[in-house]
Amino acid sequence: MGIEQKLGEMGVVTTTLEKVVNWSRTRAMWPLLSGLACCAIEMMAAQASHYDMSRFGMELMRASPRQSDLLIVAGRVTRKMAPVVRRLYDQLPDPKWVIAMGDCASSGGVFNNYAVVQGVDEILPVDVYIAGCPPRPEALLDAVIVLYEKVENERITTWK
Amino acid sequence: MNKKLQKAIQTIKKQFKAEELTFKGEHTLMIDSENVVEVCKILCDDFNFNLLSSLTAVDYWPEDNPRFHVVYQLYATEEAYTLRLRVPVPGENPSVPTVEGIYPSANWPEREIWDMFGINVEGHSDLRRILMPFDWEGHPLRKDYPLGYEEVQFTFNADEIDARKPYVKE
Amino acid sequence: MPQLQEVTLTDLKHLVSDRALSGETMLLNMGPQHPSTHGVLRLLLELDGEIVVNCVPEVGFLHTGVEKNMEAKRYEQAEVMTDRLDYLNTIGNNLAYCLAVEKLTELDVPPRAQAIRVILAELQRISSHLVWLGTQSLDLGAMSMFLYCFRERELIMDIFELVSGQRMMTTYIRPGGLWRDLPADFEPAVREFLAEFPSRIKQYEGLLTKNPIYVDRTKRIGVISGEDALAWGLTGPTLRASGPSYDNRKARPYSGYEQYDFDVPTLTAGDVYARYQVRIEEFRQSMRIIQQALDTLPSGPVRSNNRKYVPPPRSELGTSMEAVIHHFKLWTEGYEVPKGYVYMPVESPRGELGVYLESDGSNKPYRVHWRTPSFIHLQALPVLSKGLLVADLVAIIGSTDIVLGDSDR
Repeated sequence: MGIEQKLGEMGVVTTTLEKVVNWSRTRAMWPLLSGLACCAIEMMAAQASHYDMSRFGMELMRASPRQSDLLIVAGRVTRKMAPVVRRLYDQLPDPKWVIAMGDCASSGGVFNNYAVVQGVDEILPVDVYIAGCPPRPEALLDAVIVLYEKVENERITTWK
Repeated sequence: MNKKLQKAIQTIKKQFKAEELTFKGEHTLMIDSENVVEVCKILCDDFNFNLLSSLTAVDYWPEDNPRFHVVYQLYATEEAYTLRLRVPVPGENPSVPTVEGIYPSANWPEREIWDMFGINVEGHSDLRRILMPFDWEGHPLRKDYPLGYEEVQFTFNADEIDARKPYVKE
Repeated sequence: MPQLQEVTLTDLKHLVSDRALSGETMLLNMGPQHPSTHGVLRLLLELDGEIVVNCVPEVGFLHTGVEKNMEAKRYEQAEVMTDRLDYLNTIGNNLAYCLAVEKLTELDVPPRAQAIRVILAELQRISSHLVWLGTQSLDLGAMSMFLYCFRERELIMDIFELVSGQRMMTTYIRPGGLWRDLPADFEPAVREFLAEFPSRIKQYEGLLTKNPIYVDRTKRIGVISGEDALAWGLTGPTLRASGPSYDNRKARPYSGYEQYDFDVPTLTAGDVYARYQVRIEEFRQSMRIIQQALDTLPSGPVRSNNRKYVPPPRSELGTSMEAVIHHFKLWTEGYEVPKGYVYMPVESPRGELGVYLESDGSNKPYRVHWRTPSFIHLQALPVLSKGLLVADLVAIIGSTDIVLGDSDR
């Protein structure tokens, strides 16, 4: 957030609406508690005390999609689970973002067969992809930072 | 070989038509599908095979008769010996009777062989698909079912595969 | 766009009681996305107020088609997929698969490799039980246990990363032995872990064992007797808390387990609290095994010399023509496994993990079936939870220690 001008002694800061809204969106983005497979364990490890995710505002993961902003698709999405993930995405209120965590969510991963959706971007629009099988918790934190940079660069015209 | 296990195999061979095979220290009995329930009952009651370790099937397409072999792995926890039963099943209307009455743990594995192979299990309490979505067509683990392989994108075909993939924009 | 499927009550009529059809009891869907189902498990609950009359588990939301996919890959390539089945017991899955392949091909495994396999398998058991303890306590409300357990798990992940370069999906155990020898700082790292861990177990026990809330929520919940447990196919700590002391490490020892001196904890209460106590005691027994294995670690090669199945070390490729030929054949065609079928059971942290491997003489497995404990345990859930409250159901699901990747394959 830029301090355009500090007026006198009153501690008033002027900035643009865009910057304030983008700043506030990144400071407390709550992910949905939805881990699917192995990447979910690394997501839980990222949430635990060693690689703390609450430094980035993701203190808690809400179980209800109506109360969260971010859907981290952690793990392989199978054909049986695909409508469920789509429904969860539809239930998230705007503004919402999606991180495809891991190789299976990005592109189908090791599994190239009848049962696994080859990349969750066949059913959801994805903002950030993370590679790795499973990605280290630090990779997930890096993806969160990349997502924050993306959100901070959004313009008023592209807001959801 | 353990004496009691020997006795169990001899009893089954005497009473039913069974073929004994031994491979790498593991004993297998090939029996017919109509005798499965009685054999399991004798093994469970008289010879203490109290755990059904595993129930699965193997597909031998394009051989048609028998096309499937249903494999039961039985284990006796007190005496620590194991026995395998193989039941050849033809490809046309494949079916085996259920052993759910003797081993309740056979419930879901039998649903799985119905789902994955199409082998009907007679007398099962709840024969529905278990691993695939319930309106799926086909039985995936059969050898004539395709893998569902998606073409891998290399640099020379990346763009044309990309054009065909159903990406979602909103 | 994937379509949701409509299910009406008439399809499931045979599973629910008559009271549901008349509207007296409520049918509730505890869906695939739920904080306490430990993965993507769907439970159809029939509730009378808060009491569970019947619960119908539905699995298959994580069915990855691994068994069919392994038939399309060569034996070495197929091993990569084995890690991803039961993702909390990755080393154990590799071990089961490699033991099955070694039994079919009669490959020899040097004693050093066997001892290291035991150490890693027991470390994996401790790590899996730590995740179990953390998530089970999280479900029952003790959130700090989750943080403690994952802190310890980081130490074990560091050891795995030291050995193989990967935290979870290591594929370190290969047919014939191990991928490569241990680095020099493996032993100090494991000894440091063994020195520090007993005090942590005391911390966990101090927090939970005599805690009135925990005891109230877990004693006399989800009781099952020993013979019923065997009839329903339960194995592992879930079975050993009910009486029978069936453990594959003692009954059908593999990879040199018969040389080590350890007990198999067994209780008779058969409830959730007993399963908790059994798993805490298994921490201590696993540490005993690791201590003995580390003290008596033999020296020598870590992989078999049989060049038909095991690639030669890269240093030989510059000098020996046979090494180049073997390397070429193994990398392009893979090795062929003699015709036959074996069933290899090992003791995973959840129970009996069995691999049924059938080969038709080619370089791809003909049929691989994984007898996974979570699949068998889930069908006993209605029996364990009849007549209890929904909150108890959460404790019971946690105590059976299911992993959905293991169940759905």
